[in-house]
Order: sequence, then structure tokens, then C-alpha cells
Amino acid sequence: MRLLDVRGLSKRFGGLQAVSGVSFGVSEGAIKALIGPNGAGKTTLFNLISGFLTPDTGAVLFHERPIQGLRPYEIARRGIARTFQHIRLFPKMTSIENVMIGRHLHGKTGFVSAMLGLPGIWREDRGAKERSLEVMEFLGISGLADQEATSLSYGQQRLVELARALACEPGLLLLDEPAAGLNMRETAEMASMISKVRDKGIAILIVEHDMSLVMNISDEIVVLNYGEKVADDTPLAVQKHKEVVRIYLGEEE
Amino acid sequence: MRSRIYLPLLIFIAALIGVQQITSYTGTAYYLTQLTMAAYYCLVIVGLCLMIGYAGQISLGHAGFFAIGGYLSAFLTTYDLTPMKDDRIISFLAKAGFLWTREDLYGGQMLIFQPWAACIAAVLSAVLIAYVIGGPVLKLKGHYLAMATLGFGTIVYRIVLGMTALGGADGLSDVPPFKILPFLEVSGEMSDRVQNYYIAWGLVVVAVFLSLNLIHSRIGRALRSIHGAEDAANAMGIDTARYKLYTFVLSAAFASVAGVFLTHYNGGIGPSEASIMKSVRYVAIVAVGGMANLWGAVVMGTLLNFLSLRGYFGTYDDAVFGAILIVIMLFVPRGLLHMDIVRDLKALLSGRDEEAV
Repeated sequence: MRLLDVRGLSKRFGGLQAVSGVSFGVSEGAIKALIGPNGAGKTTLFNLISGFLTPDTGAVLFHERPIQGLRPYEIARRGIARTFQHIRLFPKMTSIENVMIGRHLHGKTGFVSAMLGLPGIWREDRGAKERSLEVMEFLGISGLADQEATSLSYGQQRLVELARALACEPGLLLLDEPAAGLNMRETAEMASMISKVRDKGIAILIVEHDMSLVMNISDEIVVLNYGEKVADDTPLAVQKHKEVVRIYLGEEE
Repeated sequence: MRSRIYLPLLIFIAALIGVQQITSYTGTAYYLTQLTMAAYYCLVIVGLCLMIGYAGQISLGHAGFFAIGGYLSAFLTTYDLTPMKDDRIISFLAKAGFLWTREDLYGGQMLIFQPWAACIAAVLSAVLIAYVIGGPVLKLKGHYLAMATLGFGTIVYRIVLGMTALGGADGLSDVPPFKILPFLEVSGEMSDRVQNYYIAWGLVVVAVFLSLNLIHSRIGRALRSIHGAEDAANAMGIDTARYKLYTFVLSAAFASVAGVFLTHYNGGIGPSEASIMKSVRYVAIVAVGGMANLWGAVVMGTLLNFLSLRGYFGTYDDAVFGAILIVIMLFVPRGLLHMDIVRDLKALLSGRDEEAV
């Protein structure tokens, strides 16, 4: 069954057609990759799905309900969490506090009850902290819980950001270049983490430039070029796809 | 965890009682007058600290909310409704107990609003105005937000200065005392000095208590995340616009309550309370306190307002606060009462660049 269904999505910035009529789907529990040369519209597509941009035309269905045009926080509440190409951790907050922000949408404490300091609030907060620690444990970074998140190494920051997104308990996780800036060992570690996340039943849509990572973990790959979909198939088929080979390697003489 | 949060509050309360005791034993009870006034300014600063330090949203218009509270309650409790007493609305208000009669300076009878009713009306108005302007204005960021709130402050200032009903440059005076309870009265009477000290600081303690709860909760964490990376907070399911608005409204409510009470305490209010320099002063104090440091804001708010009200800064009063803002921003952007102040000073002396906040 299709968890996410993207139908004929288009977005124009002035004279640039960033995304034009792209359709694809993500099945429950699958890893789908989105690849293409720089400027192919991958991040734009991500921002359209996660609500940071509103599409000009087309629809995005999640659990068969339209979500295009909703605000990012509403989409997050529907069960789509994301990470960012340029790490967006909260400065001056510890790793665990960062991850606890991911638990926010599972909390109930409102503005007024928080101010009054009612007893239930502290219980809820303890629960959020425990759940956040579990997620960090799952990714093997619970040891970093009390360190300031933005002081960690780049690779660790990527994992904290992943933990924060996982703490939302999403049905679909959007990863925007999770291996960017990581060395080979860290990239391999990230790949195994992503597979581990999928094994929990979370579907993943990933934008990535690292081809070995993409080919290893993806179930299906969508190839974009100049905002248009070129291919949508299994990794093996995509590697043999004529048009894809042309885009990546150039014309044969 | 809970006790660690409330311990400073208990120390603060003990210090407040201690100060009052010392002034009574040393015969310096006259200090209580300025300390009481400083408390009301602290109330504004506590709210603004939540807004600037935690939610990360600047406001250069909070003197406006203070003035809305102060002026509205002053106007309602001094404007004689006798000529209109046959009006349907007025007679309804009188029957509902919102009005009372009071002798004016010349022995005539005045029909005016009860201070309680005026207080509620004033605070609700400030909250409503904050809610209405906060929606669109808080979409702005950084300099643009500063400009927009500055504009709001300017509008309030020009209105209170220009309206004859609000006394123009003279402001409003002869504001009656505010009887909160049969035995508690906000007034400038010498005999009420001690109880007014406790009323004012009691309000600050309540505001600090509410604020401490807020910043150590799920909401407070969300506010800090908005400060740090608003788009990421949004992507985590936080309705950032709503939280910013609520914080703005809350800080406006604190400011307007302060305005109402200080006006009753002083027996009047003048347009200088709405001036831009007042707003700048509030922001400067939050900065000196260390932005996201509620206790820093309270301590510096008390100290600097007290010194200012005692006249230590003389005619340079406003200049002092302007200078403080510049110096803090340049040299100690994390405030004077930061835990790492020693490290900051060392860094400063060794000539290393400070990381901007």
C-alpha cells in the first residue's frame, strides 16, 4: 500500500521550473531514494512534501489524505518527520533537550497549565525524557545526552538530528542528504542506522548524493533531472537505465 | 529537579523580607518607595525576558503596553461619568457594581469606575491589542520585528501625548487608591508603604513563579527551540506562530498589570511612561541580565531601576541605559550575571573575539 503518494507536483520560482509534474509513491516500510544532479529539484520536492513550500499544482497524499499546502507543524503532526541538509539543531540546548523537542507533538501540556506547574506536567516531561533516551539508545548516542548538541562532531550532530526526527515517531521519515559531510566510516554507520530505522517499520524518503549508500539501502529510486522525473525503479534497473546513465556520465561518443 | 528550580525563589522571598526588615531597623524605610516602583518595572522586565531571552523575539514597544494599562485604569478611575449617569449603559454599569462615587479634590461627587473594574478592563485591553497586533507583527524577524514594535510604541506614545482626555503632556493625576482586599490597598500613603512594598514584590514573585514553571516545561523548551532554529522547530510539530503570540500576549499582560498598579501607587501617570526610551531601558535590562536568564533580569531590573529612581544617574538617566545597551552588546552579549562571566572577562582581556548571541 502506498503511504505517500505524490501526484503531478509542480513548483516554479520566477522563470525557473524547479519541479514539474513529478509523481511517485512511497510504500509502507520501504526506503525510497531521490537522486539527480545538483539543481534537479530534489530539495524543492522535499520542501513541498514537508510543507516548507506550497506547490503550484499537484497533490501530496499521506495515508490517502491530502497534505499539500499544510504548514510544516501540521504535516509533522500527521506523521512526517524530516532532517535538514544543513544540520538544524537547536543551539544552547543539550542533545537530550534537542531530541525531546521531537517528543513535543506527543505532549499535551498547554501554555497555561505549564505556567501553573500542575503535577501532571512533570510526569509527562519525565515520560518524554525517557522516550527520548530510548531513541538515543537505539541510535547508540545516549552517551551524548547531556552534551550541548551544537558542540558535538558533525557525524554525531547528524545522529542527534536523526534521533530528534525519530522521537516524533513518524510513519514517514524524510532525510535530506544524511551523509553529507560525513567520512566513509560515518557514512557506513549512517547507512546501517537508516536500515535499522526501516526495520522498525518506518518508511523513508531519502535525498542523497552518495551513490554507494543509495544503491545499498534503497528499495526503489526516483531519478530527477531539471525538475522532471526520469526514472522510478529498483536500484539495479536504475543503474542500467539509459537516460540515467546519460545524465550522470554524459553522452556516449 | 523541582526543588532546584524553586530554591532561588525562596531565597529571593527571604531577601525581600530581609531588605524590608533592614530598612525598618536602620530607619531607611524611605527606600521602600523606590523599591516598590522598581518592583513594578521588574514585572515588565520578567515578561520581556520570556519574550526576548527565551522565545527570541525582540520587542521595542513594551512601554506601550505598560502605558495602555496605566492610562486606561487612570482614565477610568478619574473620568467623571455623572453627566452621563442616565445613559443606559452607564446606569447598567452602575447597577452591576462597576462604578462608585468618590469625592473629588473640591468636595464634589464624582461617578467613576471601581479600580477593580478599571484594572480588568485595562489589562484585557492590553491583552487584546497585543493579540491583534501580535498576529501579523510576529511574522517579522530580527530588525523588522524591532522596527514594527518600535512603531507600535511610538503610536501609543503619540496618542497619550496628543489626547487631551489623557492629559497631554501633564498626564493623568488624582488617581484613587486601589483597594485589592479590605486590608490591602495600592496607594502612595506613607502609612501603607510597607504593605505596598509587599504587594508589588508579591506580584513579581507570582510572575517569576509562573515564568519559572513555563521555562522549565515542554512549552519553555519549545520556546527555546524557536529561538534557536524556528524552521526546525516548526518541522518538529511546534506551532511556532502560536507560541510566539502567546508569549507576546503574556508579556503584554505582565506589562499592563505593572502599569495599572504603579499608576495607582503613584496616583497618576505621565506620557514619559510610554516613551521609547522606557522600552529601550527594559530591553537594556534584559540584556544586562543575560537575555535567557530570568534571575539575571530580576536582579539587574531591581538594581538599575532602584539606582535610576533614587536619581543616581541624574540628568543622564536615559543616556546611562542607552550606554549600558551598547556596552553589553559589544563586550558581554551574554549578560553580566552569566555563569561564565570570569571566562568571558579573560577572553575579553586576551583580546579574543566574543561569540555573538
